[in-house]
Amino acid sequence: MQNGDQHYSMEDETYTDIDGKAISLECQSHSGFCREFTVSSAKVSIGRVMAYTCAVWLSAYIIFFVTENTAVLSSAIIITLVGMMVHIHFVKVDHETLLIIGSLGVQVSSSYASGRESTDFIEMGKIKDIVINEAIHMVRKIKDMVINEAIHMVRKIKDIVINEAIHMQTVIYYLCILLKDPSDPEAVSSVVPLFQSSKPRLNCLVKVYKSCQEILAKC
Amino acid sequence: MVLKIFFPQCCNKADSGLLVGRWIPGQNSAVVLAVIHYPFIPGQVKQYIHQMRGQSGVDLTVLGSWSMPKEGQEGMESFLRDLSTIFPQGQWLQLSREMGKIGFRCHVLTRDQNGKLVQQEKELKEDGGGEKGGTKRGGGEKEVEGEEGGGEKDKVIFIHYEQRKVMLSQLHPIDNGVPDPQTESQLPQVFGTVCQSEPLFFLDKYDDGPVKMTHWQSEGREGSIIVELMKQASTPVCLLTTWMLTLWTSLCSSRILNMRTMRFISSKLSTCLQLSYRTEHLQTVCSPTRATAHNHFMRKANIFVSFFVDVSLGLLLVSWMYRENRIGKLANTLVPAADHVAKELEELLQWLMGAPAGLKMNRALDQVLGRFFLYHIHLWISYIHLMSPFIEMILWYVGLSACLGLTFALSLLSDITALLTFHIYFVYVYGARLYCMTVYGLSSLWRLFRGKKWNVLRQRVDSCSYDLDQLFIGTLLFTILLFLLPTTALYYLVFTLLRLVVVMFQGVLHLSVDFINSFPLFAMGLRLFRSYRLAEGVKFRVLVRNQEPSTPHDDTYPTHVSFTVFLLDKPRHVYVSPTSQINPLKVSSVVQTYRTPTYSCYPKDSWLALCKKLFLGELIYPWRHKTTKID
Repeated sequence: MQNGDQHYSMEDETYTDIDGKAISLECQSHSGFCREFTVSSAKVSIGRVMAYTCAVWLSAYIIFFVTENTAVLSSAIIITLVGMMVHIHFVKVDHETLLIIGSLGVQVSSSYASGRESTDFIEMGKIKDIVINEAIHMVRKIKDMVINEAIHMVRKIKDIVINEAIHMQTVIYYLCILLKDPSDPEAVSSVVPLFQSSKPRLNCLVKVYKSCQEILAKC
Repeated sequence: MVLKIFFPQCCNKADSGLLVGRWIPGQNSAVVLAVIHYPFIPGQVKQYIHQMRGQSGVDLTVLGSWSMPKEGQEGMESFLRDLSTIFPQGQWLQLSREMGKIGFRCHVLTRDQNGKLVQQEKELKEDGGGEKGGTKRGGGEKEVEGEEGGGEKDKVIFIHYEQRKVMLSQLHPIDNGVPDPQTESQLPQVFGTVCQSEPLFFLDKYDDGPVKMTHWQSEGREGSIIVELMKQASTPVCLLTTWMLTLWTSLCSSRILNMRTMRFISSKLSTCLQLSYRTEHLQTVCSPTRATAHNHFMRKANIFVSFFVDVSLGLLLVSWMYRENRIGKLANTLVPAADHVAKELEELLQWLMGAPAGLKMNRALDQVLGRFFLYHIHLWISYIHLMSPFIEMILWYVGLSACLGLTFALSLLSDITALLTFHIYFVYVYGARLYCMTVYGLSSLWRLFRGKKWNVLRQRVDSCSYDLDQLFIGTLLFTILLFLLPTTALYYLVFTLLRLVVVMFQGVLHLSVDFINSFPLFAMGLRLFRSYRLAEGVKFRVLVRNQEPSTPHDDTYPTHVSFTVFLLDKPRHVYVSPTSQINPLKVSSVVQTYRTPTYSCYPKDSWLALCKKLFLGELIYPWRHKTTKID
């Protein structure tokens, strides 16, 4: 390869995030102790943007039709534009990167749809370990049959509601860095979760985890 | 462990020579600060480095040699190796680079215990590990990969840094104490090394000194004429200002102005408070000693800039007000405005004395209270009318003091409001006291009504047996107070509301004064225009080297990484402009770190406590002035 690094993106596995949307993982190994992992989420979908815009403008037209006030239309336009700008600049994450350089540190960066990047560098002296943690997560979309039934059963016995309510939560896994205070190497001072916007599933995390542990073991 | 070499970007194209820098203990890393070129006399180099070590306090040494041979220059290898005998080191770095190629080469020589140079060349190569599987290599694979098992193959990582930005930036969070060199992390040490080595950067390769060096200033020293002129001019100006300030403070603390009444008045007037506060500020700024620590420098700069902005805004205001004699017009409307307020108050009292909102008041008490308050208002208005011929002149002269700053104008406004609404304050105090007495009396007599008593010693309610006549009188008084309660409560309510309106207005003025005093304008300016000066961390970027396809794949090139200083940010979301290399410090962190401490005028009670006080009729002083604390 021209640049001499090993560069492999997704192989035969396709990765998804915890909501089921497709994501992609790219691993670049610059050297034996320097690796970079990039998780890219789905881009901004033009269909959704158009749907939202049409909805807002349609309602604005209806209000204008009723009230005959032109300020409604201009405010709708302004709201749409501002909302879109805010969304792509502050909310929509395009890809998240983890760069691990042995005996120097770990750099975590997330890049937004507008090109803005936010970076954080953690020195090796402060890193205790990189682990995969479990967490309980509320599922916002109601997809399962079980949960649908729970809603029907709400009016019936309380017992069943509580039982089914537990099904509404799923267990997710996330990769995180455990930090330590240099003066107290045994205690974990804080936890930095990684890939928070893309939320990849366990298979993707395990790959990243194994690579990181190789490097951490060497240095 | 991996060997880390921090290499300045300005030396990438430097001619061959010696590397000067510092080894960071315990981290297996070296910071290269400059390159000393040939020809040099080793004795002079050693002397120069010794001198620099003393001047800067940084542990400078010769780290190794750097060779970038031009066309026609050959045979430097053995010469470079011999150099290592002249400069005795634990580890000797030999960096080399070829013209036209991007990668560097690095050899490390170590000494064994006897002091003899061991020819064990740890050729620092990239770590193998099978990642090169994709490339086609020639038969001569000279790099040793792990499986060959030949000695420790240390790994090297080059970190390119931009010396100018690292030199000028200040890494946050700032350590105020003396950091322990063992536990201090690497990056602050690197930044500290570069910052403290400033004396090293005074000579460059065009000077006629004993050594010729390349570093970030080697194209000529950077400086700004305006800054240098201001530095020269600042010393006499500072001395003059300090002398004037000492004169002023001695005047203020003289005996005449230190009488009890004067002190009491001056503690109530916010203008005097602001004056004393500004005097303190100026004393900080104009102290002739240079600010050494970063914090002190930023504090001084912030105070100076905010003072400057304040004064210019004040002058603007004065010039606007005194044009077209607006101040005269203002003075002429002042007395009619006060009259109008007094008339409104009188009408209000007349309304209360009648049947306000359909409620039936106790006629006698109503009349007494109403007349009492009317008389006070009438008194105050007559005072104001007495003063009215002089108001314009007083206002004209006092308005000139707004030249000292916008904050003075605002505090003046607040004081004038306080003086003009003094009758409201009066009336409020009377009403509050009356109501308070009524409430306390009622609660105590209610306890008597039920046969209980407040035990002051035990701070609780105890039962008590009263005599018959005590009970009789107590019940009578209780009934009287109870039936008079609505009247007093109504008066109290009305005057408290008026007082609260005035207090709110004054509070807004005080808050804006406080804001102008404490907002760190200099730090914000630095953040917007020279964002690399306030750094929080660094951002790494792996440099991918470009191989010419014709040469065999040569793996003696270690990994290259460059870092660019980026600004400090506590949460993750920091704005990075993709073209520049510095990430600005987040705006909220700037304000939080560099806020000047002031007498903050925040309400000292929470809302609940305030409501409780209002209900019981205690006097409220919602705005409290903290005494200024100097760090």
